Amino acid sequence: MTDTQPAAVPSPTPSPERDPQRAPLLKVTDLVRHFPIKGGGVLRRKVGAVRAVDGISFAVHPGETLGVVGESGCGKSTMGRLVTRLDEPTGGTVEFEGRDITHLGAAAMRPLRRDIQIVFQDPYSSLNPRHTVGTIVGAPFKLQKVATEHGVKRAVQDLLELCGLNPEHYNRYPHEFSGGQRQRIGIARALALKPKMIVADEPVSALDVSIQAQVVNLLDDLQRELGLTYLIIAHDLSVVRHVSDRVAVMYLGKIVEVADRDTLYSRPAHPYTTALLSAVPVPDPRRKERRVGAAPGEGGGRILLTGDVPSPINPPSGCRFRTRCWKAQEICAEQEPLLELLSPGQQVACHFPENQQSPENQVTTP
Amino acid sequence: MTVQPEDARRPGDAFLALRDLRIHFDTDDGLVKSVDGVSLDLAEGRTLGIVGESGSGKSVTSLGIMGLHRSRRARISGEIWLDGEELVGADPDRVRRLRGQKMAMIFQDPLTAMHPLYTVGAQIVEAYLAHHPGGTKREARRRAIEMLDRVGIPQPDRRVDDYPHQFSGGMRQRAMIAMALVNNPQLLIADEPTTALDVTVQAQILDLIRDVQSEFGSAVIIITHDLGVVAELADDILVMYGGRCVERGPATTLFEAPEHPYTWGLLGSMPRLDRPLQERLVPVGGTPPSLINVPSGCAFHPRCPYAELTGGRSAGERPVLAEAAPGHHAACHLPIADRHRIFAEQIAPRL
Ligand SMILES: Nc1ncnc2c1ncn2[C@@H]1O[C@H](COP(=O)(O)OP(=O)(O)OP(=O)(O)O)[C@@H](O)[C@H]1O
Ligand SMILES: Nc1ncnc2c1ncn2[C@@H]1O[C@H](COP(=O)(O)OP(=O)(O)OP(=O)(O)O)[C@@H](O)[C@H]1O
Ligand code: SF4
Ligand code: SF4
Ligand SMILES: [Mg+2]
Ligand SMILES: [Mg+2]
Repeated sequence: MTDTQPAAVPSPTPSPERDPQRAPLLKVTDLVRHFPIKGGGVLRRKVGAVRAVDGISFAVHPGETLGVVGESGCGKSTMGRLVTRLDEPTGGTVEFEGRDITHLGAAAMRPLRRDIQIVFQDPYSSLNPRHTVGTIVGAPFKLQKVATEHGVKRAVQDLLELCGLNPEHYNRYPHEFSGGQRQRIGIARALALKPKMIVADEPVSALDVSIQAQVVNLLDDLQRELGLTYLIIAHDLSVVRHVSDRVAVMYLGKIVEVADRDTLYSRPAHPYTTALLSAVPVPDPRRKERRVGAAPGEGGGRILLTGDVPSPINPPSGCRFRTRCWKAQEICAEQEPLLELLSPGQQVACHFPENQQSPENQVTTP
Repeated sequence: MTVQPEDARRPGDAFLALRDLRIHFDTDDGLVKSVDGVSLDLAEGRTLGIVGESGSGKSVTSLGIMGLHRSRRARISGEIWLDGEELVGADPDRVRRLRGQKMAMIFQDPLTAMHPLYTVGAQIVEAYLAHHPGGTKREARRRAIEMLDRVGIPQPDRRVDDYPHQFSGGMRQRAMIAMALVNNPQLLIADEPTTALDVTVQAQILDLIRDVQSEFGSAVIIITHDLGVVAELADDILVMYGGRCVERGPATTLFEAPEHPYTWGLLGSMPRLDRPLQERLVPVGGTPPSLINVPSGCAFHPRCPYAELTGGRSAGERPVLAEAAPGHHAACHLPIADRHRIFAEQIAPRL
């Protein structure tokens, strides 16, 4: 451990969210973000809205990792920008450490910016190509006017080392690094001010498998060493399983299911979650052979969703997934299912959840 | 069997055959050896998966087959045989005619392959008419609608007049496949066709490629670094490292009994949903090789944990592809018995 880092932090308890005593670090309630669509003409009147995030609630507890998955365009990045206050919500509240930060002004946000950091998807465009690594990683110290014990350079070099980069590369430029190394630079920058929470938007999507593994391990190590809390947005369900304690599944601006990792992957309750999991390509050529003729969801059988995700401008009435759901009934079009507790550690928004346990099964669940 | 040792068969035997293909680029920094001696055979009705880390030469190989490296900085040598016709030495006009007709390509990003200012239909019509000089506009439009329907675009007779930006990502990808297939190509190359898509849409596209292939009996090359996608589609797999093929063989043996230490690393580094959760991922150590100063001997030796077991040969001598099991070739100096022992004892338990 280097002297620029906080002293030993207790390692996160396995399931912090189970402990009702522990207050959440981040709490989001009924969060909404609508992007107005303006018509033509001089008045540019609002003619509609992209309902990118449309009423979501969740909490992230200290030391845990919440993974967020969902199809392209379902509002994951918008949500990430809202909770880091890079974007202004249309409605709802964001609380950090029990404090409502939804509408804090720039000055009031400044100290909080140290505590919540964001890491972006693209390691290529998110680093200024004209700045050296030293300047990039050291920028937060200057912006926040933070004094460092042994000078900014030393602090930056410690961060580079912490992230598995060579401290001697202080004066190099981003183009001299590989994708995985650039993503480490972005993470080093996010860590500069010892944040409590990191929101990572697709931190490994642009990287290929072997480099992806390095960055995933780095995130793991940093969490263990620094007690960080993560909100990790990703669309790769295998990566999300690896990094998350709990997982939230989004569909068209809504959270349709949130559950403990093991519950979600072994007993998904929302039909959309089931379909997502069944569609993940598995590196086992024999599974493909077995899959032919298998029933949906069984023995490698895949649930084939037909059609595309509906437009977030005119989402379907009732349950938004009903246009692609094989279980849809009349009630699904009439009544929106609310996100409700189904079993300990599992919330789902569906009128007819999957994998409903029979009583004898329930006895064996821990 | 589609994959055979170099030059063991006459190139004319397979529908597509590469012989010692080299594609180098003259750059200010030096000569980039993007593809450096790749050979393969692919029969009609078969699918070959090409995998390897970013920068290993997968896209350059496929663009080379399509005859799309025509810049003065590209130096191409070796042979590309398509249905008995050699393309490296062929007249560029001839290759252009084959492109879009006998061979077609699907790119990772449909927006780069489709023109934003023309409707989807107009672009498919143009692709059709380019190879049917006698065809009428009307017939071409009917064909465009038929193709959009074929790839699962709802209401194709209406959507045919939409612009690419009016389609979702998955629909654009399907429209591009429709465009690539409009002339029933016998060779289809798909370069990361689903990387930008979500799993549910990805599954639809993979099914579509599979259907098209069984219907038209085309030869397909699928390029990706997602080993799951390859396992879904490919009959045979070729692993590239530093511009060369380091291993190739039937998909099942390549996944179940991989021979090359780099392939072990690749398989071991990915988290898998079909396995119990690992405590920790195991990345391939080190950094990807420079293609300007390619490491001596085996290009993987600076990163290979087994290099010192070869008595200096790994750093000094380039290993050649040799048959390790029927139809399965690997380029590694480790004796086969040692490889199998290391795999059984150290690698297989972790996969
Ligand atoms: N600034 C904006 N103005 C208008 N619409 C927007 C804006 N930003 C996002 N959207 C729309 O909001 C929706 C959600 O977008 P968002 O980027 O949050 O999705 P995402 O889940 O992150 O998708 P991806 O996986 O592709 O990154 C999309 O329909 C998008 O087009
Ligand atoms: N026109 C060019 N001039 C010089 N170098 C090139 C050119 N095109 C490609 N390269 C280099 O050739 C190498 C192989 O590139 P290629 O695009 O084939 O990689 P790839 O295996 O497809 O990687 P990815 O998985 O990232 O798509 C890279 O190092 C690349 O920088
Ligand atoms: S509420 Fe109805 S339509 Fe929605 S997911 Fe559940 S079953 Fe399907
Ligand atoms: S030849 Fe040597 S360095 Fe190359 S893969 Fe085999 S053991 Fe490793
Ligand atoms: Mg996003
Ligand atoms: Mg490529």
